[in-house]
Amino acid sequence: MDIAHGTLVWLAKSFGLFYLIGLSLIVVIYACWPSNRQKFDRAATAILEEEDRPWQ
Amino acid sequence: MIAELTKNERNGALVILAVLTVVGLVMAVAGYADPFGIHGGLVAIAALAGIFAVISGYFAPEPTLARFGEYYDTPSKIGIGLAMAWAVFGLFVGDWVAWLLAYPNATFDAGWSSFGRLRPVHTTGVIFGFGGNALIATSFHVMQRTCRARLPDQLTPLFVLFGYNLFCILAVTGYLMGLTQSKEYAEPEWYVDLWLVVVWVTYLVLYLRLLARRREPHIYVANWYYLAFIVVVAMLHVVNNLAVPISFYEAKSYSLFSGVQDAMTEWWYGHNAVAFFLTSGFLGMMYYYLPKRAGRPIFSYRMSIVSFWGITFFYMWAGSHHLHYTALPQWVQTLGMTFSLMLLIPSWGSAGNALLTLNGAWGRVRDDATLRFMMVAAVFYGLTTFEGSFMAIRSVNSLSHYTDWTIGHVHAGALGWVAMITFGSIYALVPWLWKREGMYSPRAVEVHFWLALGGTLVYVLAMWNSGIIQGLMWRTYNDSGTLAYSFVDSVVAMRPYYIARAIGGLMFLLGAIVGSWNIWMTVRMPAPVPADAGGDQPAIALQAGE
Repeated sequence: MDIAHGTLVWLAKSFGLFYLIGLSLIVVIYACWPSNRQKFDRAATAILEEEDRPWQ
Repeated sequence: MIAELTKNERNGALVILAVLTVVGLVMAVAGYADPFGIHGGLVAIAALAGIFAVISGYFAPEPTLARFGEYYDTPSKIGIGLAMAWAVFGLFVGDWVAWLLAYPNATFDAGWSSFGRLRPVHTTGVIFGFGGNALIATSFHVMQRTCRARLPDQLTPLFVLFGYNLFCILAVTGYLMGLTQSKEYAEPEWYVDLWLVVVWVTYLVLYLRLLARRREPHIYVANWYYLAFIVVVAMLHVVNNLAVPISFYEAKSYSLFSGVQDAMTEWWYGHNAVAFFLTSGFLGMMYYYLPKRAGRPIFSYRMSIVSFWGITFFYMWAGSHHLHYTALPQWVQTLGMTFSLMLLIPSWGSAGNALLTLNGAWGRVRDDATLRFMMVAAVFYGLTTFEGSFMAIRSVNSLSHYTDWTIGHVHAGALGWVAMITFGSIYALVPWLWKREGMYSPRAVEVHFWLALGGTLVYVLAMWNSGIIQGLMWRTYNDSGTLAYSFVDSVVAMRPYYIARAIGGLMFLLGAIVGSWNIWMTVRMPAPVPADAGGDQPAIALQAGE
């Protein structure tokens, strides 16, 4: 298996670039999706509840 | 502890310990001529001690079904105790090696106490002993609360905790006998690494089992950080430690990689150990204990998600910044540098998120040393990640690399961020776990806070000064074009800073001792009797006689 330097650079500059841009976009869209807001707000406040027993 | 195990779990524990005893004895007999044999003896003794412990509680009545109505916190409690014991031990050895640099004769003419052996004892003691136990203890606590589910069984978490500590003990005793793979933060030899694989995979499976049992559908962000810590450390550990032992009854092995590939694999491991062992897991701690202690939800849950994925994807590529100006191809160095700079975004996302959560509650930060530990940790996290990105720039690195600046940077992170967030979380957690109203001595928490902060500042400022002077002395040329200073000149110039650093470390150690004493006294305090006990209980006793 002999990977040339040029091949790796090409891969990094093409696939690698779009892969990371794509991932960033997916994460930002997921985090900012309006209908997720309620879920996130609930998650952030749920840990503050005093209840210290597992739900049965 | 044994009384909490079911009959099957007690039998399971005996089987595991019996197998471990046999493995230890085989190691001891086969490797009698090598330190490998001593480690075999150590494994057998540890397993036998475990067998005695299980037998002593074997005939205790089994736990009732009422246990399913409670979280299982025994492993967290033991883990906190072990973490504090490792903290005192690791910081003590760290301060010893610090004094060694100023007074090199303090080895007392023994091989085991030379700098090269004590230094990994310090790093393993604090990173894996203190940090690892704190992460395991808090992860069990946080995972159960945020999943609203009890750990799936009692035996596995105890196996993970004690198995992990056996790994730490084998690692540390190995260094003192001169065993090392010579890979920074991955020094333990092949058989110790294999044992950690067993323990770590069990930890991952336990985590996934708990996640599968969760009653809360949303997975809280702290759990994502803990999961990244467990998954990535497994991956890093396995790849970096691929090695061929010279025989199955000797400790020595040779790495599968050589030359620059070995260096790249090691620093891919090394930097991601900083990322996923010393950052991701501790961010999990921060995202749970800081809002909980402050009584306020995290400032931006969205930002915490973006930061999580940012850290997970960027950190993976940053390791090559440890190899600037080496045989590593230039473009790989540039790649590492670029990703290190981008890392500033998710890092400051988390640090800013923590500080903005406290915005509006500064009065509480002023009055509550526990919350102040967490606040200072977030500040140091922001400072250190900025410094780290800056030092990864190749031209800055040409000044900073191989100097004490790196040591200063690492300790700003390790003392200022990792240890501070851990102490803050432990001070919040201990009264909750042992059902006390607060710590035994709030004043001692205050003393610990100022010793820790003072110690960190003295340490880091000394090393910044020392490092920059060192770097400048190594690159100063005189009129005839030769170096103005010899290497020994730079060593002499470092001496006052080495003494200052050792004093800073001593302050930090004293703080940890005060903290350990305070935790011990809190655990020993009598539990408060609830004011309404007696009047407001279901009348179970009456029903029993019917």
